[in-house]
Amino acid sequence: MIDEEIIDIDEQGQQFLSFILAGEEYAIDILKVQELREWSQTTLVPNSPNYIDGVMNLRGQIIPVINLRKRFNLPNDHTLNNRIVIVLNINDGTRFRLMGLLVDSFSQTYDINEKDIKPAPSKISIIDDEFIIGLSTIDNKMLILLDVNQLLSSKELSLQKTNHVA
Amino acid sequence: MSIDLSQFIPTFLDESFEGLALMESSLLNIEQGDVDIINAIFRTAHSIKGGAGTFGFVHVTDFTHEVETLLDEMRDGRRDINKDDTNLLLQSIDCIKLLIEAARDGIECDNLNVVNVKKALEKTLKIESITNSNMVENTIEPKGVGQWAINFKPHLDMLKTGNDAINIINALTDLGTVTQTIDHTNIPELSSLNGEDCYLSWQLTLNSNCARSDIDEIFEWVEDECDLVITFVETSNNAINNITEQPTNSDIQTATEINNKSLPNVKATPEIATNNTSMSVFESASIRVGIDKVDTLMNRVGELVITQAMLKQIGSDLLNHDHQLAAKLIDGLAQLESNTRELQEDVMRIRMLPVSFVFNRFPRMVYDISAKLNKKIELKFSGENTEIDKTVMEKIGDPLIHLVRNSLDHGIETPQERITMGKPETGLVHLKAYHQGGYIIIDIIDDGRGLNSAVIKQKALEKGLITNEQELSEQDINELIFTPGFSTSQEINDLSGRGVGMDVVRRNIESLGGHVTVASISGQGSTFSVSLPLTLAILDGQLIKVANETYIVPLISIVESAQINNKQVKAVAGRSSVYLFREEYIPIYSIKRLFSLPQTAEKYEEEMIVIVENNGQKYALLVDELLDQQQFVLKNLDTNYMAVDGIAGATILGNGNVALIIDIRGVIHLNQFIKDDELDVVDYTAEGAA
Repeated sequence: MIDEEIIDIDEQGQQFLSFILAGEEYAIDILKVQELREWSQTTLVPNSPNYIDGVMNLRGQIIPVINLRKRFNLPNDHTLNNRIVIVLNINDGTRFRLMGLLVDSFSQTYDINEKDIKPAPSKISIIDDEFIIGLSTIDNKMLILLDVNQLLSSKELSLQKTNHVA
Repeated sequence: MSIDLSQFIPTFLDESFEGLALMESSLLNIEQGDVDIINAIFRTAHSIKGGAGTFGFVHVTDFTHEVETLLDEMRDGRRDINKDDTNLLLQSIDCIKLLIEAARDGIECDNLNVVNVKKALEKTLKIESITNSNMVENTIEPKGVGQWAINFKPHLDMLKTGNDAINIINALTDLGTVTQTIDHTNIPELSSLNGEDCYLSWQLTLNSNCARSDIDEIFEWVEDECDLVITFVETSNNAINNITEQPTNSDIQTATEINNKSLPNVKATPEIATNNTSMSVFESASIRVGIDKVDTLMNRVGELVITQAMLKQIGSDLLNHDHQLAAKLIDGLAQLESNTRELQEDVMRIRMLPVSFVFNRFPRMVYDISAKLNKKIELKFSGENTEIDKTVMEKIGDPLIHLVRNSLDHGIETPQERITMGKPETGLVHLKAYHQGGYIIIDIIDDGRGLNSAVIKQKALEKGLITNEQELSEQDINELIFTPGFSTSQEINDLSGRGVGMDVVRRNIESLGGHVTVASISGQGSTFSVSLPLTLAILDGQLIKVANETYIVPLISIVESAQINNKQVKAVAGRSSVYLFREEYIPIYSIKRLFSLPQTAEKYEEEMIVIVENNGQKYALLVDELLDQQQFVLKNLDTNYMAVDGIAGATILGNGNVALIIDIRGVIHLNQFIKDDELDVVDYTAEGAA
């Protein structure tokens, strides 16, 4: 499933924000990013999927934080300091929701033209194929473009939850 | 010039529905024959007709026109106010409501009732009412050919209401010959001229033998959008210039008063308590604000409270460091605290509405149901100005309707029964609202037959809800009507027995954080007492600590908390534990296990016990530590995430961290999901003995 907005890129190209997770660089549509924050202790949500780090207070809003390492079954790296929460503003079809993505660190922003986005061969990354919308090469460096909506689809979160409780 | 009228439709709908509600409550009082009430109803009907006309809701306009005609005849005294007409008008209101809803949704209203009621209206209108023997037109109005001087000065924005002066003048021409002088001195420079404004005014002279009311009718739709002076001038002269400008409102007021005086047989109006309810709607000046704006304001203030608490903490930390200005800062912060608190209360008050908004639907219901059941029932309100949070109010309507219906249906006896019992023929249902310790209490009191505990007990036994061995007080038995699976109604009728029992009423009220109880004296009546929190947005809670996580238990569910006494923990059948507390065995729930929390250092382990109550059943929650009691601003988890079992919501603590609020009912539900083998026995007994 590919995000329609991303197919529909104009000639000016599109801006992506990249971050580091377990040594690899990933990028997401910058228009979905609201802000970046340093991670601080979140509040545990009982019986939630293990990749839900918890909920945090974003200026009075209570938002869930998704631990991307746990989301993709990567081991925790306790040597990491100053992990970053990317706060995303996602329209899930009915409303806008704020959600945090806990990643190792923030990298930079890129302008990428549509023609420079190549389809990804399967099993290219430690991340499941369904979350990847394509690859792009910048300065001889491979960038994996992620589908944010797919990553945070509430359907998937709810599904995980019922499995857990039952 | 085109204006997008559709932007005004929501306002029209709101106002119309409010107007209809007002018409309804006024109509129920009409039997007292107060002409002011008829006038009020007429005005409301008229504005609905006008509004519907503007938006092109033809069916609404047509229908309301008939209603208006009938009301007009009543108003002029050409028709007596009788019960049949009142009933017809009440039905008409229902039809107008249906028609407006259909128009709003852009569909044809296919309700047969509408057609029937319209036919009935037309039929009624054809029958000349001959009740007023000396029917009077306005006696002061001149008859015969005369000259009318009309000074018509539209307000700048009259055109925006869809009214055009040319139509009005054309309509006047139908009455007689019109000469007009147009005053165009108010037209501004072309550069500052707004094409949608009306700058002209007219001095019209009408030669006609018409009545004043004919002219009034033409101007009726614009009376609020213009300055209007209508004077009758003697046939011969031309004293138009002497007319002083005068706002129409008072002019029309006078006309109404004259109308009233000309009615010879207006009955004296008896003093009615319920009159105040309908009139208060007129008196309160208000503005219409979207609830989302109020909610945003609420949230903002909630943030302010949190920030203030944060600052307070910093302030007291500074004091510990002996900073020289710390004391001053603390003083300032104390002031800030009281100001924020007041601000918060004020904002909360915006959301508060008088409970009469719920009560107002009952007179009609009582009217309809008592007619259907052939009972005579008087409905009495008190404390209807007691205020309650809008969200609570929206949710309390249905449970209250159910309770009132129950009183009407099962409580109040038929007039014959009442007379044989030596009671007054008319039964009384009294709705009483008042404040009590942070709660609003709504009592539904009837003087009917009361609950029959013998029947209830028999029924509960049949249904296996109780056993013969159980010793129950009369109160206990009466409370059984709230148990799921209990309904005393012999046959299902469309009033009480709709398959929804009292258990649903109790559940709905408890989901709002409230309680419902019943007290009854056989033969003398029963009292259902509903207590509700003033608001759902703020909650009193107890902070607890479990496995280093902080949670909040709503104070309303807490019965007691205590240090755990190991000797009082008993294992039941080797799989779960109960706590012996005040000679009661209470099931023990471990928050740590239910929330799958990690184990913590031994010495913090579950030392305290919090006894909570849900649905009349007590539960013991194991916690590590009890902290503060505080007020919390309730926030939903599903705004950005999703609802979580066992969690009612979240709040932000003084230190900026999020704390989750425990939902007692959810926690109990969660317990059922835990598999038997996961439920290890808390073996305090052995430990205690050692």
